[in-house]
Amino acid sequence: MNNPFIVLPVIFQLFVAVILMFSWNSKNLQKLISVIGSLIALLISLLLLIQVRQEGIQSMQAGGWMAPFGITFVADTFSALLVLLTAISGLAVSVFSVGSIRNARVKFGYFPILHLLIMGLSGAFLTGDIFNLYVWFEIIIISSFVLLTIGGEKAQIEGAIKYVTMNLLASVIFLTAIAILYGLTGSLNMADLSLQIAQVENRGLVNVTAILFLIGFGIKSAVFPLYFWLPASYHTPPPAISAIFGGLLTKVGVYALLRVFSLIFVPDDFLASVIAILAMLTMLTGGVGALIQNNIRKVFSYLIICHIGFMLAGLGIYSTIAIAGAIFYLVHDIIVKTNLFMVSGLIFKFKGTYSMRLLGGFYKDKPLLSLLMAVPLFSLVGIPPLSGFWGKLMLIKGAIATSNILIIAFIILGSFLTLFIIARMWAAVFWKDGAALPKKKQIKYFEELKPLKRKAMISSIAFLSLISLAIGFGAEWIMQMAIHIAENLMDPSAYIQAVLGI
Amino acid sequence: MLIAVISGFVFALLVPWIMAQSKSKTTIWTALLPLAIFTFFLLHLPEIQNDGSVKVSYSWVPSIGINLDFYLDGLSMLFVLLISGIGSLVFVYTSTYLKGHPFLDRFYAYLSMFMASMLGLVLSDNIYTLFIFWELTSISSFFLIGFNNDNQASRRSALTALSVTGIGGLFLLAAMVGLGHTAQVNQISEMSSLSEIIQADNLYGWIIVFLFLAAFTKSAQFPFHFWLPGAMKAPTPVSTYLHSATMVKAGIYLLARFSPVLGGHEWWNGTLITVGAITMVYAAIHALFRLDLKGILAYSTISALGILVFLIGLGTSAAFLAAAVFILVHALYKATLFLVTGIIDHETGTRDISQLGGLNKVMLPVGVAALLAAISNAGIPPSFGFVGKDLIYDATLGMGDLAWILTTLAVITNIALLFAGFLAGIKPFFGKLPERFAKLHLPGPAMYIPPLILGVLCMFFGLLPFLLESSLIQPVVSSFTETLPDIHLKLWHGFNLILLLSAVTIGAGTALYFIIKPSEKLLAMVSRFERISPESIAMLASGGFTRFSSGWTKFFQNGYLRYYLITILSFLSLLLAYRLFTGVTLYLDTSSMTAVTFYEVVVLVIMAVAILFTVFSKSRLVAVASMGVVGYSFCLIFLFYSAPDLAMTQFSIDTLTVILFVLVLYNLPKYLKLSETRDRIRDGLLSLFFGALISLLTIEVMNESVDKETSQYYAENAYVLGKGKNVVNVILVDFRGFDTMVEITVLAIAAIGVFGLLKLHLRSTEKE
Repeated sequence: MNNPFIVLPVIFQLFVAVILMFSWNSKNLQKLISVIGSLIALLISLLLLIQVRQEGIQSMQAGGWMAPFGITFVADTFSALLVLLTAISGLAVSVFSVGSIRNARVKFGYFPILHLLIMGLSGAFLTGDIFNLYVWFEIIIISSFVLLTIGGEKAQIEGAIKYVTMNLLASVIFLTAIAILYGLTGSLNMADLSLQIAQVENRGLVNVTAILFLIGFGIKSAVFPLYFWLPASYHTPPPAISAIFGGLLTKVGVYALLRVFSLIFVPDDFLASVIAILAMLTMLTGGVGALIQNNIRKVFSYLIICHIGFMLAGLGIYSTIAIAGAIFYLVHDIIVKTNLFMVSGLIFKFKGTYSMRLLGGFYKDKPLLSLLMAVPLFSLVGIPPLSGFWGKLMLIKGAIATSNILIIAFIILGSFLTLFIIARMWAAVFWKDGAALPKKKQIKYFEELKPLKRKAMISSIAFLSLISLAIGFGAEWIMQMAIHIAENLMDPSAYIQAVLGI
Repeated sequence: MLIAVISGFVFALLVPWIMAQSKSKTTIWTALLPLAIFTFFLLHLPEIQNDGSVKVSYSWVPSIGINLDFYLDGLSMLFVLLISGIGSLVFVYTSTYLKGHPFLDRFYAYLSMFMASMLGLVLSDNIYTLFIFWELTSISSFFLIGFNNDNQASRRSALTALSVTGIGGLFLLAAMVGLGHTAQVNQISEMSSLSEIIQADNLYGWIIVFLFLAAFTKSAQFPFHFWLPGAMKAPTPVSTYLHSATMVKAGIYLLARFSPVLGGHEWWNGTLITVGAITMVYAAIHALFRLDLKGILAYSTISALGILVFLIGLGTSAAFLAAAVFILVHALYKATLFLVTGIIDHETGTRDISQLGGLNKVMLPVGVAALLAAISNAGIPPSFGFVGKDLIYDATLGMGDLAWILTTLAVITNIALLFAGFLAGIKPFFGKLPERFAKLHLPGPAMYIPPLILGVLCMFFGLLPFLLESSLIQPVVSSFTETLPDIHLKLWHGFNLILLLSAVTIGAGTALYFIIKPSEKLLAMVSRFERISPESIAMLASGGFTRFSSGWTKFFQNGYLRYYLITILSFLSLLLAYRLFTGVTLYLDTSSMTAVTFYEVVVLVIMAVAILFTVFSKSRLVAVASMGVVGYSFCLIFLFYSAPDLAMTQFSIDTLTVILFVLVLYNLPKYLKLSETRDRIRDGLLSLFFGALISLLTIEVMNESVDKETSQYYAENAYVLGKGKNVVNVILVDFRGFDTMVEITVLAIAAIGVFGLLKLHLRSTEKE
């Protein structure tokens, strides 16, 4: 099978980025192109998902070089779904940027880089080649690094240095792992690797290689004790950038973990327990970290870590139900975290601060907007039947089936901390009377923006909130896909068949 | 039934809009919804009486068995009628109580959302939807307690209540998942026949522990009760509705609902009797010393909830009967007292019991309602409360060996409760009217009619108990147990032990009322024990947890990049070493290797020396130059193994790096020694260890025989298919051309980034 359509989500983003570079000096044109481009990209990825759901796994051999010799792209439900979610987040962030990104940054390539980042993410989800995955990770690192540093504020640079150092370390470890894997098997094609690795007699070496992949992807996913880059950097750039980071960067690491540790390395008992322990400590670390923060963006940053722990727990339990739970949670988390960072940006536009101690009075002044913001906040908590609940339910089901009470205890702890933190945030930011805040001259407040920009910011939050609600109330739809994906991960024969034809 | 549940949610969304549209100030029409629901279910009463239950199901998330299965039997019916009936009165009451409040629309929205959730909870047959509605009641309670959100105490109480009930909710989820796993069905109605299988499962212990945590937190059982007195910060209609009549009984409902499935086991009954008994006595005694009317009522509610848990724990059909009747008795008189308290608070502006008295002179109808409720609360004939109390004593006396202990506890509790009821229902209305209250007048009828209705019902059902007997109580008890007791609700059973106990209760309680006069002094005396109360302990624990959080976070996220890298590399090394030394048999096959040449040794020595120079040099320039030497040595090695193109690439990159480094270094301050020798040794050891591991791994991998299919394919086809003589080139631009294209993009992005870093300087008005 050779279906070139499946790389379109990637190539199209490159195309948009190039067009954007050609309109370097015209800020408004860039905004227009970015939004239209994101809309078309959304349409393309929607079509891709529909096609995959109807016709099964699609694959493409780049340059017509048959697998495993060339580079293979594969779109199964997992990949196609994540590409779609990337496009959704991308559209929301693009629209939000129209309202919130200052022109100085637009003049220095903000929009092209944003689209290249989305290209990198989509590429990582679609590739079926482990080295090609590494290359997409390079794109993701460099473009996120540039997005982090555009503007060159001192705090930004400090965060960016930590970010890039640790992520490059992750890449080096990943690259080493690929080299060793190639040494063991002589292949880079992931489907082929699945077959080859099974035949390696020296299981000890396979297990060692798996550790390298675990750490490499673990750094990217911000797993305990490898997460340090995330709280160091996510609160420094403009909120639109935090939003795309918060929604997608760690999730691509989780994707890679789920893919590699089901297709290539099937965890043995030791590895599964290591993953489970890391998952629990990740939930703990994220939860307690968020508990003591005052800056709402830092709270959300730590909560990302906490919820990465949930997804990792699915892999640690390693059953179809638990992995389906992890995938449902992943879907929910991409949308809701993107949205929450945009919410924090909107709050900042009103009040000029991220400090919970200083903020307040939102509920009285802006009741409708508060209601809108409540959707992602309480979806995050997982108040049933909102979207955060379903993944957690499946994870607990998976843990009960293996009588793993300890994991349940940590899931409850993580969920409880999230509940408490968000409720407290609600009391602080929305209920409490706000202090009188001095106007800062460097900020263009919400009231000073043009109506179009105001609408852009609010509509992107509303868009993602609606999607969160749809995921929650229409859970059946996502649940079917999540279970289907989990089954295909646990039994990759269909994937291998689609790539190698055997 | 679906409509009955959903309508509340829809109504919640519509209320603010309708109120914005309507010109009139009255909001009494909102009560039409609960009233309609009440009527709807009342009409189903005969059906339940005859058939036992009604079942409907709507598909929702069928792939994991979560559907909107509703099930109406006697137990659900009792709760549904309470929820919608008391709901109607509360909605009416609110229309005057909060008249003109700017956020009245939101209040009604939350209230109807709560009502709908509560209805859903008691009607759910599916364990998961039961959990969903359970959580929704907690969250609506959060918004209602925090309704006066500019008050810090309200916000704090809302947060405490949500924390306690929220963690309980999570345990409920775990319990339900466990139950679903062991029973393999999700419908409660199908579980009672599986009772033995479930109780024999290893998970049974966990399931009931989780379930108890859920029920005890929600129903304010010791030691989780402390959120309920705090929740009294909410407006009185909320206290009446959620924190006395309905929501706090959700835990009771849960225990009652699962009694046929999980009950009968000694763990189940033992725990419930113990916790229930502690709660009822502890809270009843607490109620004696309160000054705040709502505080008194809060503690007496906790005590009543304790009685219910205790009764369910007894597990006999007599006890279930007593529980069924007491739920109704308590809801009626306690709701009355709360509504009356609301009126007192609303009119006089105080709830301090020592300040109040003689209010009968200005608001007689309210006083009548309160008196009726107090009588029912005291269990004085001919009230409904008398019927209820008799049944409780009947249940405890039937417990064999334990009968006397249990009965004594019940009597003590009832004496204290009677006192509390008199305090709340009689004290404010009799005696001397303070002068400052002389000008008070009766509030609007929407406020005093609801308590009056409830107060009259307290008597009405006492005089005519047979009205409820077969229509409601019989079906309720039959949802607990298959063997139906012979139910005859009546006032007069003749002279017997139970009557004697009742007389003792009434006598002792009334005597207590005349002896203890609540005062600041008494309250202060009791407050000294506050330090060892569960609330203080919980606060201490949460303080401790915050300190732990802070310590844990700051230990790991300490701000130093070098420590981050050390942590990551140490962790990786540890795992690698463990896996390498436990799972791999290390060996080196020297025969397959080529002999080491003289040139190689020379290059290696140069590299080693250069590395030492890099590490130990005091000059930055020397360090950079030595790094260059290491790079060039690599080029030589590539050359020895006939890879001139790799050597060329490495050569150019190294040259460029050295030049760039020198340029950058030119702008930096003098080489400073920033680290201690000790740190350097530590870092050096870690590097050596990590390097050794990777080398070992590489050597081991090289020993493996590899399938050379891919490289052979490239070698054979580079010219034939790729039309290129240099295999590496063909791989780069054709076989794996996609990689190259993406890497070029990486460079382009980097270029834009560097451009931005060099050129973009945000103006001071743009730094956000």
